[in-house]
Amino acid sequence: MKNAGPDSDVVISSRVRLARNLRHQPFPLLATTAQANEVLEQLASVSESGVLDRFGPFTTIRLKELSELDRRVLVEKHLISPNLANESRAGAVVLSDNEAISIMINEEDHLRIQCLHPGFQIREAWKLANEIDDSYESALEFAFDEHKGYLTTCPTNVGTGLRASVMMHLPALVLTQQINRILSAVSQVGLTVRGLYGEGSEALGNLFQISNQITLGQSEEEIIDNLYGVAKQIIEHEKAARRKLLNESYRRLEDRIKRSYGILRYASIIDSKEAAQRLSDVRLGADLDILPQVSPQIYNELLIMTQPGFLQHRYDEKLSPDDRDYKRAELIREQLNKQVDNGGATS
Amino acid sequence: MICQECGKRPSTLHFTKIINGEKTEFHICEVCAREKGEGIPGAPNSFSIHSLLSGILDFDTVASKGLNSLKPQESLRCESCGMSYAQFGKIGRFGCSDCYNAFGERLNPLIKRIHGNTEHSGKIPKRSGLRVQCKRQIEQLRAELHRYIEAEEFEKAATVRDQIRELERKMQQSS
Ligand SMILES: [Zn+2]
Ligand SMILES: [Zn+2]
Repeated sequence: MKNAGPDSDVVISSRVRLARNLRHQPFPLLATTAQANEVLEQLASVSESGVLDRFGPFTTIRLKELSELDRRVLVEKHLISPNLANESRAGAVVLSDNEAISIMINEEDHLRIQCLHPGFQIREAWKLANEIDDSYESALEFAFDEHKGYLTTCPTNVGTGLRASVMMHLPALVLTQQINRILSAVSQVGLTVRGLYGEGSEALGNLFQISNQITLGQSEEEIIDNLYGVAKQIIEHEKAARRKLLNESYRRLEDRIKRSYGILRYASIIDSKEAAQRLSDVRLGADLDILPQVSPQIYNELLIMTQPGFLQHRYDEKLSPDDRDYKRAELIREQLNKQVDNGGATS
Repeated sequence: MICQECGKRPSTLHFTKIINGEKTEFHICEVCAREKGEGIPGAPNSFSIHSLLSGILDFDTVASKGLNSLKPQESLRCESCGMSYAQFGKIGRFGCSDCYNAFGERLNPLIKRIHGNTEHSGKIPKRSGLRVQCKRQIEQLRAELHRYIEAEEFEKAATVRDQIRELERKMQQSS
């Protein structure tokens, strides 16, 4: 993600996923290997037939051709689900070169179209996913029922098959202890909150994913509008909490942020939990101009790069947990120092 | 809302069970949900939600109909993929798209509990769409027709009735 997108000081990314299944084929859960491969070849050939050309260049990756480590990296980059990573029989992903579109084949459903936009662009992500869906539909017939809508393996996805989510960085709401109140309010309007790498209020790196819970009975536009409205309010709350921190406890905030920055620049051992928390502080510092030398973007990159699978992959060797904590600290130091050498966030 | 299992993390999964008219709310966090969800046969990496769903399903079967009703439910089976309603109750997932039809209205209480609704009102794929759109229009017109008849506006009712006939003719031609 090169461009940060609108409201990117709070919203890291916006994602839309559509679940679809072919008519007259058993769902992946019950499909024989032959049937699963038939679905794979049919969907792969449509994907490569040119209907997706206007959305940019794509590569089709069959999971059975990847090592376990390569799969894990795709999972940590959120390009495929853990569920698909385990589907080595006939699973595949059709990936756009900019990684903004990831179409999973033979995950829980035959087809899962995912569109990821940087920043707060949930409507744009829906528009794109909808167009890609239309493109597939011009060549295929999906399982659809006039009452139940698009038919899915799990009854929690039936209807629109739509899961829309925004990934938000909410450090000020956590620091001012407003987060639980807001999260429980969110869950009462048909939305679900989860931490990105952790759980609930213990979310690592203060990252929270907010998504729709209901897929049947509301139109796609209603689902997107509801999520948009609630996310917009949370953005405003987070921004207000940041202003409050700046006005009322600037010294303590500055100390916390610079302390974390100092640790990340000089520590030689750091575990993934501490790294995520310190990176969150540094990101907040960058967004609030307390650390003008740091680019906010580095937070997203480092948070992914410091996950265990990604580290293994980067150093191309079997790392023990101790080695990993050492390499993680090294990697973070390198990246932060590189920014300072480049003269900061101006690039 | 705090998870009622561990009492620590905020709950992200919310269910309402209605058994014999008694409503029980159910709020738990992902971690606890995942712990409860482990050990489902045939579904090594299934999400917690499936086991929660199946918990609800199993419970309903026994609670609402009594133990004697288990047999006929078990024999209910999707002819296309072979999945039985009892199996669906265990894993909380369907075997194929025909399962929805095979299990029919029996699914509605579950679907209503998940979504608060049982009728799709979103996107319609163009292929199967024309037929569905006609059908929806006809349903709307029928409701209109009733209103006109009740209001004794028979001329307007006649116009609507003609529109319905026209749509029905169209549908027959396209199928
Ligand atoms: Zn819990
Ligand atoms: Zn079936």
